[in-house]
Amino acid sequence: MATIKTAQNEYEIVIGLEIHAQINTKSKLFSHSNTVFGAEPNSQVSLVDSAMPGMLPILNREAIKKAAITGYAINATVNPYSIFDRKNYFYADLPQGYQISQFSDPIVTGGKVTIKDDEGNDKVINITRIHVEQDAGKSIHDQSPTHSFVDLNRSGVPLMELVTEPEIRSAGEAADFVKKYRNILRYINTCGGDMEKGQLRCDANVSLRPVGREEFGTRCEIKNLNSTKNIQLAIDYEVERQAKALDAGEEIRQQTRLFDVTTGETRVMRDKEDAHDYRYFPDPDLLPLELSEAFLQEAKDSLPELPQQKKARYLDEGLTEYDAEVIIADKDAATYFERLLGNCDTKLAVTWMTGELFGRLKKEDKTIADSPISAEKLLGLIKQIETNVISGKIAKDVLDKMLETGKEAEEIIESEGLKQITDDGAIIKIIDEVMVANDDKVQEYRSGKDKLFGFFVGQVMKATGGKANPGAVNKLLKEKLSA
Amino acid sequence: MSDLTKLTIAELKEGLLAKKFTSVELTKAYLENIKKANPELNAYVLVTEDKALEMAALADKNIAAGKARPLEGIPFAVKDLYCTKDIKTECCSHILDGFTPTYESTVTQNLWNDGAILLGKANMDEFAMGSTNKNSYRGNVVNPVKRAGEDTKLVPGGSSGGSAAAVAADLCAASLGSDTGGSVRQPASFTGLVGMKPTYGRCSRWGMIAYASSLDQAGHFSRSVEDSALILNSISSYDEKDSTSAQKEKEDFTAKLNNGLKGMKIGIASEYKMEGMNPDIEKIFDETVKKAESLGAEIVDISLPHTHYGAPTYYIISTAEASSNLARYDGVKYGLRECAQGDSLDDMYSKTRSAGFGPEVKRRIMLGTYVLSSGYYDAYYIKAQKVRRLFADDFNKAFSQVDAILTPTTPNTAFGIDEKLTTIEMYYNDVFTVPANLAGLPGISIPAGVDSKNTPIGMQILTPRFAETEMFRVAYALEQEIKFDRTKLNYR
Amino acid sequence: MSKVSNEQIKKIASLARIQVSDEDVVELSTKMTEIVSWVESLNEIDTENVEPMMAVENSLQMRDDEVKDDNISEEVLKNAPESKFDFFAVPKFVE
Repeated sequence: MATIKTAQNEYEIVIGLEIHAQINTKSKLFSHSNTVFGAEPNSQVSLVDSAMPGMLPILNREAIKKAAITGYAINATVNPYSIFDRKNYFYADLPQGYQISQFSDPIVTGGKVTIKDDEGNDKVINITRIHVEQDAGKSIHDQSPTHSFVDLNRSGVPLMELVTEPEIRSAGEAADFVKKYRNILRYINTCGGDMEKGQLRCDANVSLRPVGREEFGTRCEIKNLNSTKNIQLAIDYEVERQAKALDAGEEIRQQTRLFDVTTGETRVMRDKEDAHDYRYFPDPDLLPLELSEAFLQEAKDSLPELPQQKKARYLDEGLTEYDAEVIIADKDAATYFERLLGNCDTKLAVTWMTGELFGRLKKEDKTIADSPISAEKLLGLIKQIETNVISGKIAKDVLDKMLETGKEAEEIIESEGLKQITDDGAIIKIIDEVMVANDDKVQEYRSGKDKLFGFFVGQVMKATGGKANPGAVNKLLKEKLSA
Repeated sequence: MSDLTKLTIAELKEGLLAKKFTSVELTKAYLENIKKANPELNAYVLVTEDKALEMAALADKNIAAGKARPLEGIPFAVKDLYCTKDIKTECCSHILDGFTPTYESTVTQNLWNDGAILLGKANMDEFAMGSTNKNSYRGNVVNPVKRAGEDTKLVPGGSSGGSAAAVAADLCAASLGSDTGGSVRQPASFTGLVGMKPTYGRCSRWGMIAYASSLDQAGHFSRSVEDSALILNSISSYDEKDSTSAQKEKEDFTAKLNNGLKGMKIGIASEYKMEGMNPDIEKIFDETVKKAESLGAEIVDISLPHTHYGAPTYYIISTAEASSNLARYDGVKYGLRECAQGDSLDDMYSKTRSAGFGPEVKRRIMLGTYVLSSGYYDAYYIKAQKVRRLFADDFNKAFSQVDAILTPTTPNTAFGIDEKLTTIEMYYNDVFTVPANLAGLPGISIPAGVDSKNTPIGMQILTPRFAETEMFRVAYALEQEIKFDRTKLNYR
Repeated sequence: MSKVSNEQIKKIASLARIQVSDEDVVELSTKMTEIVSWVESLNEIDTENVEPMMAVENSLQMRDDEVKDDNISEEVLKNAPESKFDFFAVPKFVE
């Protein structure tokens, strides 16, 4: 829904997102420290990260390259000239007393990301900008009644902050945006996208305006939403809260709010009155960044196929819109599928991966990346079906056995004698036996009870232990019964 | 033996290599002088006696083995804003009480790699903010030079007041200072020494406690121009750990010392005569110009029209950068922490910073915060950066006509420690020196004469960026012609 | 000529995390007004078509993405006024 209807009014929902993505470089943005998650406290902190007197920042080329690649991946402009600014404020997790960020001249401007609106239609969201900045450290507050403890491991890790235009109109759209953007980042390998590890964090700016009014309402910012579920819950709550307030004639105060997972509510973190004056100015320890043609071209050239491009190609190959969406939604699934595509019948590939395999993996709580059956092994099974060695029905059992034992399809079929019976003669023999044993039913069928056909199919299958080729059975039964 | 402490580096090198004396003897002589004179002058805030003798012994070994490095055995004082490994570095501020770096600044490491010896850390204006060394948490520095017939204590200049006093009083062979708005050149002028600031980017700022990042540069004091060039040979280097470091090859800055001034064009700007300027300074300036002419230089009139706006421009930019650079002094990671039971984090910040910073530092942080704050950024900070561009343009234009520019270093000579100057009068001390910082040019001050009270007057030479060799060439020629005799000054 | 008011002094002092007593505020207001008026002399210069000079030439060098300089928690915490279990300790700031 793009609007919320209350008893008295209808308001249009206006949402803009700010998404922080950790760039997956080995070392930090301005120092040589490691960036791995979960290390011992302050073990990934250099003299620069801890803001020792006399220390200076030096820029990580790989971080900039990945930011440029990200810009190209969303069809944005990557600016050859950009500036690093200092954002000045005091906080315990900010050792320098300022964050090195980009304010006036970011590295990326513009861009587009296509999402699905609540009706399932494609919708393009315009991007304002992406800039590069330092992440802050972490503090823990529950180890002592009087003290907080600061760990600077995360301080200085490179972040890309993406800002969307306020074109998102529902919690669902917001969640889909995050999903789609995260997917792109994983495809181009510039960010791991693991929200639980804090590699991707989302702030949502939410405001309402009466339907038909052009002027935007006052917005509130909900910070640090760390899952698509929480993004939806938080936005839903916030929209309700603001609608209630507006109905009651209250003014919406511009605030920074946090989402409380336990209560499902957003609460105030900071009021506009306490707003920071960040005093942005260009960092004098860093010169303006100038990227050469060659650098930008190299970034452009290293773009892999993007989700939308892949989807278009899959549609050409005959996949349905639905199936294509399912496969591209997960980079690992797409990678897996690429190893099937072109090596076997496309429809079989789709069915057996997204239907049969995915279903079984989900039951065991595994992802495609953890799949005990590799793409090559699945291909092996599909080939057996394609060449009629086994029927589709038997194949399902084979797949189960593959999961259980880790063995190849061919080996299982061989050792358990699951090969299909395709020899017409053999089938006719069985059909004859079945017809003799069920002579009354044969008469009934011949006198018009077509439904009994299924019964005969069933009997033949039973007699062959399910191994008779269904197509042949059908054909030969028809012939025999009509005779 | 005590004459050893008056020798130049060039002379000391000669003597050490000729085994006329040892580095240990030399170091001991300086330590003796320090014991006698430092209680009054307060030039040193820390004397590293054991370390110095240890380094001197090693130097003597190297010399004996024929492995003498360029500054082998030469004792230095180092301004207390250079991080010296395992040796207290406090920037003469209460807020860095006890801070002991686990790392060595690139510039000082360069000195030690060339065999120099650390005698101790020199007093300075807190965080390099000041031009009198009266803003130090460790007390004032007294200029070793005094006026004829007076016992009035004079300021040595600042912010590198301790470094200047140490050389002037023969408490070391040379010293490291830093120059952000004239903090080496001005004290050099006040104490009768040679003081120079290299091109911005010539020396690394890694490990140098930052005041104003786009203006700070390492500088040094010496007894002669030749010494000055020798020191620059050592401390200059490209450092990949400093993003503002210039990618220049190592150079021998003594290469053109003896080339003389024939054929050189030297510019003089009318803007460097200020109302209220000490008339003796004007006199010495005119004399110096004549000397240059007599040596074969062509004197060209140039214009540096924005000169008088240099000081306000400097104060906007330097305080803005400083307000941000000093934000890291918050009581969390090092230095002073003022925190009582029940204090909040913000309380700790405010208490620590209020107790830890001196009044001048606080004033400059406030001014810097103001000029960057919302609504004022364009009017002050951006405006100042535009005027800065005009300074650079003025110099570019001038250097298309001349090879070097000659100016007085300061509009005044050393004044009394107890003399009351207004803040703005104080800020005008830097008016002739800040342009070089704004434009990133190298500059040197050489003693050129004295005023009516026999206090020294310095003359400044400026050249284009990275033209230090030419700068030393002009300075040397003038020095040899002027023949300034330090021993004729009145000392305490 | 702009006056830097007492209110502004208090705001700036707060941004800079520096305590100022009521006397200090008045004194600073006077001093800052003086200094600000002085720096406003720059308004006499026409800078209409002048680009601000953000840095002294050159463009930013970039470095390789390699890990070093870490695992020095001892060094990093060595000068800390208060630390515990390899963390920096500060007054509690989130309840």
